[in-house]
Amino acid sequence: MNNVLRVESVCKNYGSFTALNNVSISVPKGSIFGLLGPNGAGKTSLIRIINQITLPDSGTVYLDGEILQPHHIQYIGYLPEERGLYKSMKVGEQALYLAQLKGMSKEEAKKKLKYWFEKFEITDWWNKKIQELSKGMAQKVQFIVTVMHSPKLLIFDEPFSGFDPINANLIKDEILNLRNEGSSIIFSTHRMESVEEMCDYIALIDKSNKILDGKLKDIKQQFKTNQFEVGLLSSDKDLLLNQIEAQFIVEKSKAISFNEDFRLLISLKNGETSKELIKFLNNKAQITHFTEVIPSVNDIFLKSVADN
Amino acid sequence: MGKLKLIIKREFLAKVKNKSFVIMTILSPLMAVGLLSLIIFLNEKNSEEIRTIAFVDESQQFSDAFIDSDALKYIDLTSMGVEEAREKTKEFYYGLLVIPKTDSLSQLSTSISFYSNDTPSLDVLSSIESKLEKKIRNLKIEKLQIDVDKIKAIETTVTIAAENFSGEKSSKIGSMLRMIAGGGFGYLIFMFIIIYGTSVMRSVIEEKTSRIIEVIISSVKPFQLMLGKIIGNAMAGILQFIIWAILAGFILYSITIFFGTEAVDSSSAIEQMSPEMVQQMQKSTNSDLQVILLEIKNLPIMTLFFSFIFYFLGGYLIYSSIYAAIGAAVDSETDTQQFMMPVLMPLVIAIYVGFSVIENPHGPIALGFSLFPLTSPIVMLMRIPFGVPWWQIVVSMSLLIITFIGMVWFAAKIYRVGILMYGKKPSYKEIYKWLKY
Repeated sequence: MNNVLRVESVCKNYGSFTALNNVSISVPKGSIFGLLGPNGAGKTSLIRIINQITLPDSGTVYLDGEILQPHHIQYIGYLPEERGLYKSMKVGEQALYLAQLKGMSKEEAKKKLKYWFEKFEITDWWNKKIQELSKGMAQKVQFIVTVMHSPKLLIFDEPFSGFDPINANLIKDEILNLRNEGSSIIFSTHRMESVEEMCDYIALIDKSNKILDGKLKDIKQQFKTNQFEVGLLSSDKDLLLNQIEAQFIVEKSKAISFNEDFRLLISLKNGETSKELIKFLNNKAQITHFTEVIPSVNDIFLKSVADN
Repeated sequence: MGKLKLIIKREFLAKVKNKSFVIMTILSPLMAVGLLSLIIFLNEKNSEEIRTIAFVDESQQFSDAFIDSDALKYIDLTSMGVEEAREKTKEFYYGLLVIPKTDSLSQLSTSISFYSNDTPSLDVLSSIESKLEKKIRNLKIEKLQIDVDKIKAIETTVTIAAENFSGEKSSKIGSMLRMIAGGGFGYLIFMFIIIYGTSVMRSVIEEKTSRIIEVIISSVKPFQLMLGKIIGNAMAGILQFIIWAILAGFILYSITIFFGTEAVDSSSAIEQMSPEMVQQMQKSTNSDLQVILLEIKNLPIMTLFFSFIFYFLGGYLIYSSIYAAIGAAVDSETDTQQFMMPVLMPLVIAIYVGFSVIENPHGPIALGFSLFPLTSPIVMLMRIPFGVPWWQIVVSMSLLIITFIGMVWFAAKIYRVGILMYGKKPSYKEIYKWLKY
């Protein structure tokens, strides 16, 4: 019961095209769950099924332990990638309308909206039409509309697109805030650095199949290649390099710092430990830098998709 | 249900608050009245112009034939002679009529000529011709020594008092008016279906292009959204129609007050008049108007009003659900063309058939097309002013209801899939596939 959402063996076909093939995911409560995958992999299909926009051909979706039902939409907030608002409708009117469609009463919606509009310092937009706002401004309104009914589950599809760095940061902080307040968040994006920064769990979907999922930390462990990045200072560079190359598999690193002569990527063979490497290097030169190379989400993404 | 109400309210307000709706509603009746007044005014202005016809009567027999009327004045220039009269006419008058001196009256009838600066108006020529004909005829009667009184006794004018078996009187003006009312209402429905159907389609496309659709249908079912949209727009249409009906009633009422039908307010007033009087009455615009106003009162206005609402709703529901499906299937309004043609076709046919139906409102074509649900809203409404048996109305309405239920169901299937499809313009084949998703 620690999962706010459980998707079990969901399949979806459009005619002869398979959009989702036996996909299962679990989103733990209070986590940020990154849903990753190349374009056309089936992410949007999955999100639409969770939102009950389309129905799965087979498989079941549970929200908070219950089989997904129409009344559950009030517990879900969805910010689609293709987003928009009625252009000729006023901001306040529109937000109230969408809130009421989500099942809020008018008074409740007004109160909530007041809170959010004050938080984002946009109270004077209330009577403006969407078409008078810039794209970024409209995105802010859209964000509020998505979260205002304090849903248990929030689904953000590319939430940062269209925002300048300042506002993107604001939105990021708000998303983290929402998580801390107990919402669970599904986060679909192609911006890997934000996945790295924010996600606790990820799932990777490629060609209609889930090919990877779990805690981000565990996945990184799993994809580690036992490679270390070292910076060295030495009086005889060539000799040192030869000595190291005789012992280990070495690549030149692209980065180099001003206070060192080399920066190398050294891969350890099976059985060798970092302790031995440090010992070896310490005898030969002065170490200015030593880190284990952890694969980035980007690398994991590329590798998994390529292997698939 | 609550959500459907919300959607209807939004769609209704979005439509009604739109500037073009306000302008259409207020301005188009004003424009219609204005245009009508302008035409009447110009007509009046035109007939106010006084034309003076000079004539040279060498035969010396026609001097008493020309009596001045409001629009035509005659001046006798016989004393000047043809040449001089021509010069003078060129400068001052509308035209010059030359009646030569001839031996026989029959020769005379082909030798009269008319000279003018411009091509003379047909009205003027026929007016002069009829005066000459009358005079020559009288001269001939005199010459043949026939008793003029006897001839007058032979002359007859026939006016048929048409009446149907239930005792309703009908007149030519009356059936003309029925044609106009039927045609007008049929055309109005045609316009309403197209205007409000297109408005539904636009609203669907707007939701698609502004990409709000996905936000909305994560809160409501696509069917609810489509239905709400259709009903909301229909309510705006009915509101517009009611405003127009009230305006029309008001205008009609003020015309009645202004020109006063009270003087002839009983239909017996017309009957009591002799045929000459009726004829004379019809010659003046004022009393024409009174007859028309009387006949308008005789139209089954309430039946027309309610059947308009019913047929508008029925026809509109059928067509707007098709329009909604089209809107959902395409990405932009320019892509709608290939789907619009087959939709407009029955409507256009209905209008064409309708205008022949008002000539023969109870024929088999009229019956067939007023039962067929895709054309019945227009054709039946055109027939109603002429009186339609109840069973036909019942059959036609039932067919309409069955069809719109089927059509809404069918459209909803396309709509549900279409609103989430972006990119390419779908073919009919693809749309057929969507039905099975």
